[in-house]
Amino acid sequence: MDEKLLLTLLQRNARMKITDLAAALEESKDNIIDKLTELEQKKVICGYHTIVNWDRTNTEIVTALITINANPEREYGYDRIAEHIYKFKEVDTMYLLSGEFEFVAIVKGRTMQEVAHFVASKLACVDGVTGTTTFFVLKQYKNNGVVLIEDEDGKNDRLVVTP
Amino acid sequence: MDYEKVLSNRAKTIKPSGIRKFFDLASQMEGVISLGVGEPDFTTPWAIREAAIYSIEKGRTFYTANRGLSELREEICKYYQRKFNVSYDPEKECIVTVGGSEGIDIAIRAIIDPGDEMIVLDPGYVAYTPGVELSEGIAVPITLRHEDQFKLTPDLLKAAITPKTKAILLNYPSNPTGGFMTKEDYAKIVPIIKESGIIVISDEIYGELSYEDQFCSIASFEEIKDQCIIINGFSKAFAMTGWRLGYVLSNPVLSKAMLKIHQYIIMSAPSPAQYGAIEGLKHCDDEVQQMRESYKARRNFCVKAFNDMGLETFKPQGAFYVFPCIKSTGLTSDEFCEKLLDDQKVACVPGTAFGPAGEGFIRVSYAYSIEELKVATEKIAKFVKKIKG
Repeated sequence: MDEKLLLTLLQRNARMKITDLAAALEESKDNIIDKLTELEQKKVICGYHTIVNWDRTNTEIVTALITINANPEREYGYDRIAEHIYKFKEVDTMYLLSGEFEFVAIVKGRTMQEVAHFVASKLACVDGVTGTTTFFVLKQYKNNGVVLIEDEDGKNDRLVVTP
Repeated sequence: MDYEKVLSNRAKTIKPSGIRKFFDLASQMEGVISLGVGEPDFTTPWAIREAAIYSIEKGRTFYTANRGLSELREEICKYYQRKFNVSYDPEKECIVTVGGSEGIDIAIRAIIDPGDEMIVLDPGYVAYTPGVELSEGIAVPITLRHEDQFKLTPDLLKAAITPKTKAILLNYPSNPTGGFMTKEDYAKIVPIIKESGIIVISDEIYGELSYEDQFCSIASFEEIKDQCIIINGFSKAFAMTGWRLGYVLSNPVLSKAMLKIHQYIIMSAPSPAQYGAIEGLKHCDDEVQQMRESYKARRNFCVKAFNDMGLETFKPQGAFYVFPCIKSTGLTSDEFCEKLLDDQKVACVPGTAFGPAGEGFIRVSYAYSIEELKVATEKIAKFVKKIKG
């Protein structure tokens, strides 16, 4: 089975029906189901999420990028500190980086105060963390390959019939 | 004014495209779901657009060399070498044209005298026969067979060649059938071409969109390379239809003859498009690959959908069309498409728009998202069920 194509199709549309996936990949439905189960178990597929643009709802969400400086620990390197941080529910995404600081965490909260409080009372206090800088997101343009603002691009104005 | 007297016989006798008629019909209707489009649904990759915009900002808006920008020609020749293992000299064997369409036109004009015969494939792309007729040549159709998946076979080719045959126009992967010629398929007809000495105009515009087998350019057969004129362009593989940019590769003598025609009728292809295309050839392999994968999934989806509804459809190995056989419905291609449009508001193109051998078939483009294809094929299935009772 063309595993890469299966993943590409699902990444584009996680709601694609099993029957349609089967047709597109020239496989039986059972084969697709088995393959998906296998990929889920192997954690290749880590979920079937929806990209929500909360800005267009009444729900207020504040996003901040927080760079974190930290000292590594003998035996564990940065992993134990990272674990301590990413387990907080406020942390949406986290990476270890090369360069000036060690981590960047994408943190979400209902208000700026809530995020600021999290940084001051939790994040900055983690053992090994030596400093943080918080960058609040003002506008979201693109997320996970999806453009979230009004964009004429890709609006298809092809003629109805062409040779 | 008596326009009948004004118009040339040439303009009067040339037939309007069969597609045009259907376009008029479909575009008068509201809310039509179309599977009738012969162009990608993808927007041109941003890197290409950005490079073209930059060229305009920098004021690179002058005529280019007649043959096209030398950097672009170099990239085109590198591309043919890298992808299809055929080498051409950018200085003497390559002309950048206004779409593949101009390439076809100058190739035909360069070799056809009044009364010369040129073999064309039926079903085939709408512009080939009129192109031959505009040069007062005689288009001699070869009727391709469904059971051969519309490949050109040695027996068909042999039977069509006469002492007046000057050239043959090939188009694989094919619009409208999706038919494909593998290296082995070509190997069977190459000796006949070699022996007859005819010119091959090979329209390879869909070459990049080959799914199972690697695309084979007929010019890769060294023994007939000098007899080949390769037409290709950026429209399909790079999703650049509106930019109108193509190219012609051939030996220097043919190229020089075509260049004479090109320099008078066109001068040079649009410069921003040329700058964009350089970027495409240099940096857009990944985008091309992603589009190809996407088309492949859509093709599989379509082939199954049509076979499931009882319309026999072979699996095309290239381009972005399927060519379902609708004979089992008892309708002609025209009737099928008109009734389908009327009943379900779905537009497909009758096979007959591509020549008489297209009777009994419809051309379905799968340059649409799977979601769109699903809606459209469900409607077609409903229609077929109704017709068959």
